[in-house]
Amino acid sequence: MSYLSIENLDVRLHTGVPVLRGVSLNVAAGESRALVGESGAGKSMIGKSVLGILPRALQVTGGRIVVDGEDLQALPPRTRRQRIGAKVALIPQDPLTALNPSRRIGPQITSRLVDFLGWSRKAATDRALELLEEVQIHEPARVMRAYPHELSGGMRQRILIAAAFAAEPKLIIADEPTTALDVTVQKQILRLIRQMQERHGTALLFVTHDLGVVSKVCQTMSVLYAGKMVEDTGVREFFRQPGHPYSAALLAATPKYTDPEGSLTPVPPGVIAAVEAEVALSDRRREAAE
Amino acid sequence: MRDARGEIRRLPGPRLWLAGGWLAILVLAALLAPWISPHDPLAQDLFAGRLPPVWEAGADPNYLLGTDSLGRDVLSRILHGARLALSIALIAGTLTCLIGATLGLIAGYYGGWVDLAVSRLVDIWMAFPPVLFAILLIAVLGTGVTSIIIAIVVIDWTRFARVVRAEAMGQAQMDYVASAQVAGRSRFGTVLAEILPNVLPAIVALLTLEMGIAVIVEAILSFVNLSVSTDAPTWGGMIAEGRASVHQAWWVLVFPLAALFLTVLSFSQLGEGLKDHFDPVLR
Amino acid sequence: MSEVIYDVRDLRLSFPDMSKKPLLGPAPRVDVLKGLSFQIPKGEVLGIVGGSGSGKSTLGRALVRLIEPDSGGITFEGRDITHASEDTLRPLRARLQMIFQDPMSSLNPRRQVGGIIAGPLRVQGRDNIPARVREALDMVGLPQSFASRYPHELSGGQRQRVGIARAIALRPEFILADEIVSGLDVSSQAQVLNLLEELVRELGLTLAFISHDLSVIRRLCSRLLVLYRGEIVENAETAALFAAPQAAYTRELLSAIPLPDPEQDWA
Repeated sequence: MSYLSIENLDVRLHTGVPVLRGVSLNVAAGESRALVGESGAGKSMIGKSVLGILPRALQVTGGRIVVDGEDLQALPPRTRRQRIGAKVALIPQDPLTALNPSRRIGPQITSRLVDFLGWSRKAATDRALELLEEVQIHEPARVMRAYPHELSGGMRQRILIAAAFAAEPKLIIADEPTTALDVTVQKQILRLIRQMQERHGTALLFVTHDLGVVSKVCQTMSVLYAGKMVEDTGVREFFRQPGHPYSAALLAATPKYTDPEGSLTPVPPGVIAAVEAEVALSDRRREAAE
Repeated sequence: MRDARGEIRRLPGPRLWLAGGWLAILVLAALLAPWISPHDPLAQDLFAGRLPPVWEAGADPNYLLGTDSLGRDVLSRILHGARLALSIALIAGTLTCLIGATLGLIAGYYGGWVDLAVSRLVDIWMAFPPVLFAILLIAVLGTGVTSIIIAIVVIDWTRFARVVRAEAMGQAQMDYVASAQVAGRSRFGTVLAEILPNVLPAIVALLTLEMGIAVIVEAILSFVNLSVSTDAPTWGGMIAEGRASVHQAWWVLVFPLAALFLTVLSFSQLGEGLKDHFDPVLR
Repeated sequence: MSEVIYDVRDLRLSFPDMSKKPLLGPAPRVDVLKGLSFQIPKGEVLGIVGGSGSGKSTLGRALVRLIEPDSGGITFEGRDITHASEDTLRPLRARLQMIFQDPMSSLNPRRQVGGIIAGPLRVQGRDNIPARVREALDMVGLPQSFASRYPHELSGGQRQRVGIARAIALRPEFILADEIVSGLDVSSQAQVLNLLEELVRELGLTLAFISHDLSVIRRLCSRLLVLYRGEIVENAETAALFAAPQAAYTRELLSAIPLPDPEQDWA
């Protein structure tokens, strides 16, 4: 039984230009699914649609987003926000801008529990301390009183992970959470996300452009091109035998330091043309169906 | 790669047209005032005092917008007043802009002690209450158009210096400035070729805003009788006179006030519109 | 022994730390480069690798003298440029160029591509500028029609090609490339890297390539400099470094890279 189920999701610019073209995917409890694609493929927009934080110029124009058996689009806006707040959390991309620079760390973790979910201040603080310990932050009590600028990028990302898990959400959306970090820190953060996800049995939707990261964190993956899903497969299957020419080209273009010749094969123009044609064809079919 | 880039376009909105249109009409009216004014703006006719505008009862069709308590034609006075308002707006606005923007650019790009000197000067300058400062200056310089212009420039250059400095500092951090340096471009050449074009939209927006402010300052000074001679038609002077008789003859107050309001609003809207228009990213 | 283009000796550089500045008096200084020494022979492609805070970008900017070092020496083609003034540097600039990390911020948004590429040519007083711009566009594989486009109308990979065209238009001896593919998608990344490799070969360029990504550097570079907190921890031939990394930090860096391979032991 999937915890998150997206069916035929259409997102368009207000000018009518499609951004997501009938995307469908499922994430079960305890499953971690990667959303892979190059810039402009719309991979972040899927997470934003689920969280209801699409940029103003975009809107969901079709399809269903079902979380825990409830169709979010069918709920009144207020209830929808409450459901999302209680069940879904985000680990954002940029730990620099995701924390408010003028507030201490503690309240930034606890305020959602206190103001939104009705926890007592004491319980929320205890919970925050426990979580900071869980994400391997030393002296959590001191960090609670610190301001964001006093902490390193890796520390801040750990705090954001702690904050994401604070309300025990059943679904976490991670939007390129390590692109701003050094590889050595990235390794620690990725392992931490994986550990936390496994321990809490959370469903994870992991948005990234890095196939290396995918192979370390996820079990299943969806590959996007121009807002259309080109492949939905298991991670091991993908790296053994990509199912779509575009996926194969993407894998071939990803550099690997262990390969002495350095695999720097650009995505061939023919593959781009073919996948563009596929997108155009599906657009025409969808238009005909409407 | 297919995405939304280039799909969002901003059209030159109606506000640019409306603002530009009103200002164009005003400039024409100011230039042609001696020929198109139905009456001499100074000619008094005590028998035709406080005539209402044509659409009110008891009006004289010769006086479209009515007359003031001395029987002077309101429309003719507004037209002639526009000459003074616009010339002060253009001259004072441009001079303020040149002085302030130059200092701001230099401070923002060169940084160091130059920046320190300019910034401190701006800080000190802004601690003076502007209206008092203006009145003091006029008292020293004497009344007259030149004094008003000097007063505006002396007080308001800081507005440009501050904004342009901040913008130039931001641009100076960009890699295309470093790239110009790697190419061997001189510091001064970099300011002109790389930084100025990127700061220009902000300068244009401020310039038009400043022109609006100049119109208001002139009106305020006329209102307190510190502008040109009291007889000469100025919007501020008319508003001052109109205020005294607002219950008997509202038109003497309302029409110059409306002209002032529309002009200042148009200047600021023109600036915002031009700023977007100048930006190749939004264009 | 081949000819040496760059000779760097005991290079030191520090920045004032404004966050720790006392109310009165100067801010304490943070050492960013702590005495680096190395050489770049003519025709070599040198990779400079390190994490954030390693000083790799600062080193790059010091090499092309966008910033002035505190002490030590930088010799370019036998000439000491450590503290050379902008006027002394100007004629040398034509021979040492730079490609920047962020192609959006390194291209003036108000200039068309043709003007951007022509900029350094004009400054250096070259003749036949339109022909040279056309040639540069050709070499980076962009159509001539791009000369009249603005940077925001291009994709990331295309913008980075414009940055490369601007750098090679002057036919420099040396190019510094600072993280030039880190913001690009893998498909354009591979294209830009291949283009760069081709240009190095064709024009006989000497290249310093700064990157945090060892995978990207593997094929392009013949020698690697690994920086950690402002010091060189390893300076070795690329093949040797990957076969047997000497410094502990290099080993850590290598083992942290997530290979696109689910079977990799990554614990």
